[in-house]
Amino acid sequence: MKQQFPDTHHDVSSTTIFGFWVYLMTDAVMFATFFATYVVLQGGTFGGPGIRDIVHLPFVLTETLLLLASSFTCGIAMLGVPKRETTKVIFWFFVTFVLGLIFLGMEFFEFNRLTADGHNWQTSAFLSAYFTLIGTHGLHIVAGLFFLPFFLAQLWRCGFSAAILRRLTCFRIYWQFIYLIWIFTFTIVYLIGVK
Amino acid sequence: MNKLVKFAFFLLILLSAVFIGLVVLNIENIAVLSPEGMIGQKQSNLLVLSIYLMLIIVIPVFILAWFVVWKYEVSKKHTDYDPEWNHSTIAEIIWWGVPCIIVIILGVMTWKGSHALDPFKPIVSDTKPLRIQVVALQWKWLFIYPEQNIATVNFIQFPEKTPIAFEITSDAPMNSFWIPDLGGQIYAMSGMKSQLHLIADGIGSYRGLSANISGDGFSGMTFVAQSSSLEDFEEWVASAQNSPDPLNFQSYRELAKPSSYNVPAIYQLGEEGLFDWIVMKYVMPMPAHKEKGMNHVFPTY
Amino acid sequence: MFFQHIKVRLAAIEYSDIFGRLTLEAFKHDAIEASVGISIIFGSIILVAVLTYYKLWTWLWTEWLTSVDHKKIGVMYLVVTVLMLFKGVVDALMMRAQQVLSVGDSFGYLTSSHYQQLFTAHGTTMIFFVAMGAVAALMNIIVPLQIGARDVAFPFLNNLSFWLFAVGASLLMVSLMIGEFSGAGWVGYPPLSGLEYNPGVGIDYWIWSLQISGIGSLLTGINFLVTIFKMRCPGMTLMKMPLFVWSVFNSVILIVFAFPILTATLAMLSLDRLLGMHFFTSDFGGSAMMYVNLIWAWGHPEVYILILPAFGVFSEVVATFSEKRLFGYVSMVWALISITILSFLVWLHHFFTMGAGPNVNTFFGFMTMIIAVPTGVKVFNWLFTMYKGKVHLTNPILWFLGFVFIFTIGGMTGVLMGVAPVDFQVHGSLFLIAHFHSMVVGGVLFGLIAGYVYWFPKIFGFKLNEKLGEYAWFCWMFGFLLTALPLYALGLMGATRRMDHYEASTGWAPLFVVAAIGAIIIFCGIGFQVLQLLVSFKERNKNRDLTGDPWNGRTLEWTTSSPPPVYNFAFIPEVKDRDAFWDQKQTGIPLHGEYKEIHMPKNTPLGFYIGVLSFTFSFGLIWYMMWLAAISFVGIVVCILLRLFDQHTDFYISAAEVKKIEEQTLKNKRFV
Repeated sequence: MKQQFPDTHHDVSSTTIFGFWVYLMTDAVMFATFFATYVVLQGGTFGGPGIRDIVHLPFVLTETLLLLASSFTCGIAMLGVPKRETTKVIFWFFVTFVLGLIFLGMEFFEFNRLTADGHNWQTSAFLSAYFTLIGTHGLHIVAGLFFLPFFLAQLWRCGFSAAILRRLTCFRIYWQFIYLIWIFTFTIVYLIGVK
Repeated sequence: MNKLVKFAFFLLILLSAVFIGLVVLNIENIAVLSPEGMIGQKQSNLLVLSIYLMLIIVIPVFILAWFVVWKYEVSKKHTDYDPEWNHSTIAEIIWWGVPCIIVIILGVMTWKGSHALDPFKPIVSDTKPLRIQVVALQWKWLFIYPEQNIATVNFIQFPEKTPIAFEITSDAPMNSFWIPDLGGQIYAMSGMKSQLHLIADGIGSYRGLSANISGDGFSGMTFVAQSSSLEDFEEWVASAQNSPDPLNFQSYRELAKPSSYNVPAIYQLGEEGLFDWIVMKYVMPMPAHKEKGMNHVFPTY
Repeated sequence: MFFQHIKVRLAAIEYSDIFGRLTLEAFKHDAIEASVGISIIFGSIILVAVLTYYKLWTWLWTEWLTSVDHKKIGVMYLVVTVLMLFKGVVDALMMRAQQVLSVGDSFGYLTSSHYQQLFTAHGTTMIFFVAMGAVAALMNIIVPLQIGARDVAFPFLNNLSFWLFAVGASLLMVSLMIGEFSGAGWVGYPPLSGLEYNPGVGIDYWIWSLQISGIGSLLTGINFLVTIFKMRCPGMTLMKMPLFVWSVFNSVILIVFAFPILTATLAMLSLDRLLGMHFFTSDFGGSAMMYVNLIWAWGHPEVYILILPAFGVFSEVVATFSEKRLFGYVSMVWALISITILSFLVWLHHFFTMGAGPNVNTFFGFMTMIIAVPTGVKVFNWLFTMYKGKVHLTNPILWFLGFVFIFTIGGMTGVLMGVAPVDFQVHGSLFLIAHFHSMVVGGVLFGLIAGYVYWFPKIFGFKLNEKLGEYAWFCWMFGFLLTALPLYALGLMGATRRMDHYEASTGWAPLFVVAAIGAIIIFCGIGFQVLQLLVSFKERNKNRDLTGDPWNGRTLEWTTSSPPPVYNFAFIPEVKDRDAFWDQKQTGIPLHGEYKEIHMPKNTPLGFYIGVLSFTFSFGLIWYMMWLAAISFVGIVVCILLRLFDQHTDFYISAAEVKKIEEQTLKNKRFV
């Protein structure tokens, strides 16, 4: 695969990955906005349930551990890249995928439970902010899980091309980022909220 | 130098002179610069002083701009053309430093002024303040006098030289309560109580309005603020208390329906705590009231 | 169940499965709106007819719409910008006319509802589609040339950004014909913009117009940040970049940090409206004040995003036309950086009157005043550039001088309003309107027009007619002053903004007449600019720029032919000093070796397709045609996947071809 603009002695990889970091920065600012809104509106329960009334900490802790594990297996997968160990890479990314999927399943379950109990996003500002913040994070997980199989399929068919290396690196950075956002969520929404 | 540029320059000076001249000659008609109340007066003084301070920078900028064009225009003889000269430490110190000093002075003025002219700060006076509660509706202003038990629409009267303590809320989109002749404005927001303290120095009739778009009838949200003698005020209150129209939950509900360019109206206040109820219904689910339809918060227009 | 819940919200408003809430009512308009809609359709039909008659469709598609060339993308931005400028100015003229006529017993010729849509559309158009569009245009065309690069970092994203921008503009234009536009002002405060007070489609059109074009802007920001960081030619350190590039660099840093706030805020407002959430509702715990804070946390950096490139243009123009180095380069760079940082610390000055209290107000007021210091520093540095220089009173310099007057006055009134208690008396009045128009017209617009005139020969290969440009400038300058000065006075007299009627007893009518005359003169100025374009095009052979350097320029873009070849530089330049080209002229143009083949990105239709699908996605959400939104979303994902898995996204221009192109232009260049 030929590199673009060889004359400018900047290879595509470093440019693309730098650009991806910049994109993640913008994503961070967007999440910051949702966080700020959540913090301001968490008291806006209009007489209804607050964070303490709807949270089950053990459940959330399990979710956190799942996502941590997923992040960890992602790292293991990337370790196989320099040695071009295709099977190892694909396997550990697959585990990452499954762990992420279980995380999503748990979030879905929690949303269902809340809705069934009558605590939906129309009930109060607090719940709107809660569903939106957690939901946006969840949608980011969905996006990551959506693209991963395509990358793995490409890897399987075409091997470790420059493009694949770029994409896997970007995915890894993305996955760590999304885990970092979860840490913030866990702390700001659940831990501080329930204290 | 090109004729058009020369002409433009003279026209600019002429236009500026005419503008400043017209403002100075008509200053009595310019509410913010010739207010009729102490609060407005202090704000106006701050405005004028700030402008003078900034002119210390602005006028040299204009003179310099004119000078460099006049002296260094390409058709003139150039004895001191210096294409590489691009730095002067002294100049940088001056034009970073002097504006900083002026900004610090303005900053101190802002600090003092913001505290002295805080809308929530009551006016210090021997006279007991008059309390008026203000509700922004679509698209008129409702005024409640809790101590006199009267209410008005699009009209208020108060005695001169008496501090007025406004409490302001909205049962409509965000509005801004403003009487330019007397002083600055403050937002009227649902579920919240803003405050504004004003005082009229003399007798007069002043224009009040909303300064934040709230829908179709927004431009019609003007009201009359009448400053009168104490006797006239008390007479007016007495006649208002005999008004045939009561303002209670039912008539309030009617009043709150969208209408614009409302003519002034006067009510007897039939419901104590109406103002607080209007504020609170956005904050907490209110218990069902005896009157039909008042237990649900979404206005049914 | 979770998904049933989504349906519940939408079911609360009447809508059908196929057409959503789109009914024939949406096509009914009053005479004025209808005539505008009809002229748009008419104009489109004529355009289609011309393209078909001259068989230009293929050319349009392959050369322009699918182009990833930053120069062509910049020109497309310019075209959309000019069209939207017309719309915005017509909106303004209609408002001026209404304010002349609607006094006392007369209510003018516009309904309140129409008037509200006008000022909302005017602000939205001018900020998002004229100012942002012109900034994007200049950024796109000039930055790669000035840093000695062949293109931007992500050419496909660049094309996509343009189409998202165009889609945002299209949504606004379509709202003229199908449905209505928002009437809640260009920043759309709730509760007015919420479901309770505005359940119709207007606000939704506004939201999606901004949301889609906002994503385009964000992508542009990322693109240019990476480009400037990573793709400067050898020798061009950050402190050797032209000031225009520095200003764009700071502007895109602002974009990258500010636009996500807009994305999130608009998303929350649309969640309130679509799914019945309560972020910004009056009740159920919502906080309209939160929206005000968030929208201005974006909104203030936004106006600096617009002005910084204009400052950059002036830095280029003043230095070139004074035949002198820009004064205080380092100081100018630090001024830009301090403005960038400070612009995130002033947002509350947009709502001192919301009651934050004296301490908070003082902090933000003080920050607002501080930001005037680096701005003033820049003005002094420009003037000192002219000092001891040889000042050519060309068109761009005239625009600069106009800026010095108008922008300084506007800046002064801005600092004035930073004194919070003073702001209490002028907030939301016509004084405020006059202030910010002084900044955006006198600052942003004058700067971008100066850039347009200055770089026109580089982009199109021939100069613009000077005389007509002078007349245009004169009309803009004095037309603007005639409009703004009465408005400053009216604000001080207690006239609020967004007012569609006032009492005769105020005595304001004559001032509105003067303002209207000013607006008409501005319109004449635009007329001169259109005439200038047509006349210059007709006389283009007389005014051709054959050397690539019509102004005796100082920076690298002037080393290329006019217009530059598709690859910009046959040999990537090596730079030793600031004002790289000027330096080369003094020390000698470096020689080059053998021509080499050049690697170029291929054109692609995917940006266009994603754009169209974004339009249908937004249209679907606006009108509750959920199937349309769903299919469009899937389509967008498919396009992204297609792009990701396309292995043939670039090609090579052979060395022989490069040699041919270069030798054709080389013999015209003055300095060889």
